[in-house]
Amino acid sequence: MSQDKTVLLDIKNLIIEGYSDEKWVGIVHGVDLKLHRGEVMGLIGESGAGKSTIGLAAMGFTKDGCRIGEGSSIDFDGMELTTTPQSDLQSLRGARIAYVAQSAAASFNPAHKLIDQHTEAPLQYRIQKRLESQEDAMELYERLRLPNPREIGFRYPHQVSGGQLQRAMTAMAMACRPDLIIFDEPTTALDVTTQIEVLSAIRDIVDQFNTAAIYITHDLAVVAQMADVIKVLLKGNEVEEADTRSMLANPQDDYTKSLWAVRDFKRDQKPRPTDSVPLISVKNVDASYGDSPVLFDVSFDIYEGMTVAVVGESGSGKSTVARCITGLLPPTKGECLFQGTSLPPDYRNRSKDQLRQAQMIYQMADTALNPKVKISEIIGRPAQFYSGLSGPALKNRVDELLDLIELDPSQYYNRYPPELSGGQKQRIGIARSLAAEPTFIICDEVTSALDQLVAEGILRLLDKLQNELNLSYMFITHDLATVRSIADEVVVMQYGKVVEQGPKDVMFTPPHHEYTDLLLSSVPEMDPDWLTTLLEERGVDGPGDVAKGE
Amino acid sequence: MGDIVSIVMKRLGLGLITLLVISIIIFFAVELLPGDIAQAVLGQGATEDNLAALRKELGLDRAAPVRYLEWLGNALTGDFGNSLVSKTSVSEAIGTRFANTLFLAVYAAVISVPVAIFLGVLVALFRNSVFDRVANVVTLTSISSPEFFLGYILILFLAVKGGYFPAIAKLDDGMSLIDKLNRTFLPALTMVLVVVAHMMRMTRASIINLLASPYVEMARLKGVPAWKVIVKHTLPNAWAPVINVVALNLAYLITGVVLVEVVFVYPGIGQLLVDAVTKRDFPVVQACCLIFAATFILLNLAADVGSILTNPRLRHPK
Repeated sequence: MSQDKTVLLDIKNLIIEGYSDEKWVGIVHGVDLKLHRGEVMGLIGESGAGKSTIGLAAMGFTKDGCRIGEGSSIDFDGMELTTTPQSDLQSLRGARIAYVAQSAAASFNPAHKLIDQHTEAPLQYRIQKRLESQEDAMELYERLRLPNPREIGFRYPHQVSGGQLQRAMTAMAMACRPDLIIFDEPTTALDVTTQIEVLSAIRDIVDQFNTAAIYITHDLAVVAQMADVIKVLLKGNEVEEADTRSMLANPQDDYTKSLWAVRDFKRDQKPRPTDSVPLISVKNVDASYGDSPVLFDVSFDIYEGMTVAVVGESGSGKSTVARCITGLLPPTKGECLFQGTSLPPDYRNRSKDQLRQAQMIYQMADTALNPKVKISEIIGRPAQFYSGLSGPALKNRVDELLDLIELDPSQYYNRYPPELSGGQKQRIGIARSLAAEPTFIICDEVTSALDQLVAEGILRLLDKLQNELNLSYMFITHDLATVRSIADEVVVMQYGKVVEQGPKDVMFTPPHHEYTDLLLSSVPEMDPDWLTTLLEERGVDGPGDVAKGE
Repeated sequence: MGDIVSIVMKRLGLGLITLLVISIIIFFAVELLPGDIAQAVLGQGATEDNLAALRKELGLDRAAPVRYLEWLGNALTGDFGNSLVSKTSVSEAIGTRFANTLFLAVYAAVISVPVAIFLGVLVALFRNSVFDRVANVVTLTSISSPEFFLGYILILFLAVKGGYFPAIAKLDDGMSLIDKLNRTFLPALTMVLVVVAHMMRMTRASIINLLASPYVEMARLKGVPAWKVIVKHTLPNAWAPVINVVALNLAYLITGVVLVEVVFVYPGIGQLLVDAVTKRDFPVVQACCLIFAATFILLNLAADVGSILTNPRLRHPK
């Protein structure tokens, strides 16, 4: 990476405050940040660490209800942004500092074509005429390896896939050839296979134009591929900063070490019991939404006390299988069996006991819990419905369940979901599913919305509960690190079909099915050379080789 | 585009069914009057002979469903029967009156819709400023005042004291369009004042609702100026609710103008309806109700189609 050593961005003692409960509360407490031209800095930390807030502050921007505190200094190429009037700041944005948001699908305006949104800033600043700017956009699309670079810009956002949108947004950020781009979790919402394409595209283009970048993420392995320097943040404070290689090899602070260690949790793999009937059997299931088929001849078994991970990219039909098992979506062909007996396809025709046996935990604990209902009622309701408990017996049961999920009953019994943290909410979701006394729980991406440390806590809890209560899990996830840590068996799905299944150790040892191999090799590793090596192995051309004017 | 056509055809079909149901309600509501229609028309003092004669004339000796089908069939060809009072054709009486009402409604709509949307965009741009609050108070006051009160205030200041516009909106044959517009300016203005607030506030609310969305933040971070963020990035996505409120208000301009017509002595359909109700002229009442219902359904249909057309996902399928 070529860098001259001029400082582009120099943030000193950055303080950012947010207004809540009628007073100003600190969000970022005096962070320093120095970025040279052409340098990429990774900002890493859990949610609430202030990563995005700092990234936006580098543009002189704060979200509504936030302000930059006194004594802060943001020096961008000799310009003090904290004292610059709004109108001048505005003419900086898009032109000299650009932003790439987490969800490109939400950040492109649904009402306008991609290329019209691309050319907006260059036209605004009169850098280029419309046709010139469109031509430039197409060239950038080509450099970012988008398919049909001369036509794709004339589509609307909903007509383009998520990974393509993210690349189109990177192209848009490049439109005025800015000195600095803020990447705010640009690949978090993408599948691992798509993530690789976007990562390599971003890395190449930043390198080609010698653009400086701040790369915000919570994924260490990703940041290891992208950044020259890594800064670790915790609750609005800097923990440490070092160049990428030494940070990975030798983290100094205990918090950084704990982040690095998260991926170590691993429980022993259990063998499949030999003489018993499977607890849940999915047999030759086809299913469709309306007229469009989504599942084709899906079969797998889940035995008592075991964890079966169902993995695949979005749209592969993982969650649809769960809907068939629970009876929310009756299959068009095939059946689901419980302990060898066939379950009625529609949940409305199932007995209370059949319903009780299979429970679900959802991805977004935020939306899966009614915010206006007390914790005691959320957990108590299924206990009341399935076991007929009431009065003191019900209260005892709720206390017992709260103990199981390691939340103090005296503290949480009367509280409401919005008062809890993300991890605590997910624990309540687990307690709610346990209240029915099930033998089988479907965990639908239960850790993907959580920070790594919190997610690890949830995985450990699920493991403990499995041992104590002899539960079986169907673990739906796209995160292969999670699979590695807790699964006994793995089912790999693609386009609504099972492409491969078997015990975890077998699945993780080559030879793999082609698609499993692609999935496994796409999971970023902590080695800073991982992406480069992988791209070479796969034979993807470097950016310089992309033929122009094809 | 095939999707849109089929959606529109479905809505149109549903609209027709709704209209049919309403026609049944309108027809049989009259049947539900105590006694019978002849009694209701002639009052308590009528003699048996008179009643019998009228019953025969109205065909009341036949079964109600048969009369309904006959009425509906004639209505479809534009024949609503004869008025009980004037004995002349209802269609003819309504025709010119309805045209007058439409004229006034279009006049008011042409002023109020652009003004409301323009003001809505402005108050969204300068939200929580003094301008926003003043616009809020003024439009809320105008919507909260009864139409006849607004009408008399306008007459007092713009006609009696100022003498700028005529106080009475009587139409004569052979008037030029300019004369007509001048003559009907005050009733149109009254109606504008009544409907602007609703549409303006909806425009403001739906724009502000979208200001927190990621693509608006993205536009700001691209350096797009504030007015352009509103006009280019939020307004195109805010149309659906605005269109629905506009349609509701346009319908009101046609069906809710009775008081304004009375105040300005304007020969519209509202006046006719009030006259017909007081004189128990049922064929006229039924015809007016059916026309009002059709207006509502048609405008709501237009609003539905409008909101569908503003959705890029439907206009440009994958």
